[in-house]
Amino acid sequence: MSPVTARAGDIPKARFDGIPLALVGAVMAAGLPLVGSASTWLTLTAAGLAMGLIVFVIASGLTLVFGLMDVLNFGHGVFVAFGAFVATSVMAGMAGWSGADSLLLNLGAIFIAMLAAMAVAGALGLAFERVLVRPVYGQHLKQILITMGGMIIGEEFIKVIWGPDQIPLPLPPALRGAFLIDIGGEQAAIEKYRVLAVVLGLVVFAVLLWTLNRTKLGLLVRAGVQDREMVEALGYRIRRLFVGVFVAGSALAGLGGVLWGLYQQSVVPQIGGQVNVLLFIVIIIGGLGSTLGCFVGALLVGLLANYSGFLVPKLALFSNIALMVAVLLWRPRGLYPVTSR
Amino acid sequence: MNLQRLLSLDLPRSRWLAGALLLIVVALALAPFLFPGAKALGVAAKMLVFILLVASYDLLLGYTGIVSFAHTMFFGIGAYGVAIASTRLGEGWLALGAGLAAALAVSLVLSLVIGLFSLRVKAIFFAMITLAVAAAFQTLASQLSTFTGGEDGLTFRNPAWLEPSFEPFENEVFGVLLDGKLLTYWLLFVTVALLFGLLLRIVNSPFGRVLQAIRENDFRAEAIGYRTVVYRTLASVIAALFATAAGALLALWLRYTGPDTTLSFEIMLDILLIVVIGGMGTLYGAVIGAVLFVGAQNYLQDLLALGAQAVHGVPVLQDLVAPGRWLLWLGVLFVLSVYHFPTGVVGRLRARAAGWRR
Repeated sequence: MSPVTARAGDIPKARFDGIPLALVGAVMAAGLPLVGSASTWLTLTAAGLAMGLIVFVIASGLTLVFGLMDVLNFGHGVFVAFGAFVATSVMAGMAGWSGADSLLLNLGAIFIAMLAAMAVAGALGLAFERVLVRPVYGQHLKQILITMGGMIIGEEFIKVIWGPDQIPLPLPPALRGAFLIDIGGEQAAIEKYRVLAVVLGLVVFAVLLWTLNRTKLGLLVRAGVQDREMVEALGYRIRRLFVGVFVAGSALAGLGGVLWGLYQQSVVPQIGGQVNVLLFIVIIIGGLGSTLGCFVGALLVGLLANYSGFLVPKLALFSNIALMVAVLLWRPRGLYPVTSR
Repeated sequence: MNLQRLLSLDLPRSRWLAGALLLIVVALALAPFLFPGAKALGVAAKMLVFILLVASYDLLLGYTGIVSFAHTMFFGIGAYGVAIASTRLGEGWLALGAGLAAALAVSLVLSLVIGLFSLRVKAIFFAMITLAVAAAFQTLASQLSTFTGGEDGLTFRNPAWLEPSFEPFENEVFGVLLDGKLLTYWLLFVTVALLFGLLLRIVNSPFGRVLQAIRENDFRAEAIGYRTVVYRTLASVIAALFATAAGALLALWLRYTGPDTTLSFEIMLDILLIVVIGGMGTLYGAVIGAVLFVGAQNYLQDLLALGAQAVHGVPVLQDLVAPGRWLLWLGVLFVLSVYHFPTGVVGRLRARAAGWRR
């Protein structure tokens, strides 16, 4: 028998599953006839995408942390809250920039606020992992309880530092208002800030995808999500990798907190608990541990919330739950199930 | 019937614990005489309701090892059941019974559906699903304002005997005027005592042992031949029914039901804190925990106010001990309990007693 040599084409590649992505397009397409007017639809879609991408930025860290170490962090919302509150301080402290009537200075102020928020949330994440999560690896029950406790303590600390009341987080002048686009004689208003949020969200998504798919580090993270023990057996210290992912995820949550706070234009200490429910829905829909699934889930949640908010406002509050039930009936382990679990 | 049978052979097993429990029972039974005043009686009634609520949650968390965030939902269903029936049908025992029965039926169906759908998978999944469902239910309750009173909630009247204006005796008894409010209090006390005894019976039955086996090692329990899904679902249904009863009692006491008193996530956190601090996996933990927690909730603020005066002027410290920050300290206590004494106060006391005996 002649030796068999494998050529590049012989190894079967994993087929990319495009159906969930197509679902996002289908939801957008279905929204158009239901909403009726193209201009309103455009406004709603932009709002939905902005909301979805902000949620994605927050949730991406949570799903990776779960995928990599089987740790479900019920305290993830605390990083969001800290990010948002740090932003209020930075923006207020840089009133000269954030209040100026120049786009460049405004963006500069937001940018610095984001960096500060990410730094604080990241540092907090490091401490959180060290003090709270590390001693209870592998014990789900205790993890849920401990991270919940961390959330209570974090929220109280926010109240100690910034006070228990709502703090306004106004948009800088150059980002207020909307772009007006002519569609068939109608004006579609797309808020400027939402465009910024979409752009930032897409940048984060692109960077995440690039890191995960094109770098050694990303390869290890993906391998760790698939089969942690095997990666450990090959000699990589997955613990260290995990700390890195935890810190990065916390920093992203802080960034998301700034975006979310500016989106709502105010922040309350309870913001963490409020987003928690939304985050869990998104990562369950996406498939626990999957970044792409988290992306698709976040977009679906954002779009549906805005469409149903316009069509049947009363039902909008339940659109997330309905979406989750529908997705789980279709794919019980989420849109992109991670193979090992 | 002796004491052993009454406690289903689940004795405190610690002299200190037995003493504390006895003290609590006597103090709660005689609260109207011992601690006069509307606030003190309100605190005592809240302790009673929370003892039942937390004990039912302990059946889930402590005995079966299931984390549910929907327990306040069932608590709320009970409270709203009584409130809605009393406002629609007019006050009276009939409305009370109808409301409670309807609430129990709703809780039964809901918990059964949630359990069968999501208890097949991992514990974490159940925790997240219940979190989402509870959030949706809270929104639902505040949206259906024609039915539930929305954010304002419902104020209603109890059956005439349980109204504060009902005064059966002309004279004061031991210096206290007996009225409908006190009768309600004792109704609460007796109901909670009975239901607590029933819960003790449940967790010490063979059924309860299976739940503990599932908590320790569900794979093994399944291998021995117990259908873990069935047992888990049953546990969550029973816990839901008891929580519904606790909710009805709270509504009876407050003569008011609103989202903040029954459905809010803060109450869910309170329940978690109480179970863990009191001691998971033992119903006495619920008693000790509820009394400590509700007491702290109402009186720790006064204590912290004293502390705040003492350190007034010290920059960081004065913020940390501000009266509003009592939850911070309980949160720290909670985390420390999960790490260092996961069996809580009761577990500690029992371990000490076991050490003495050796």
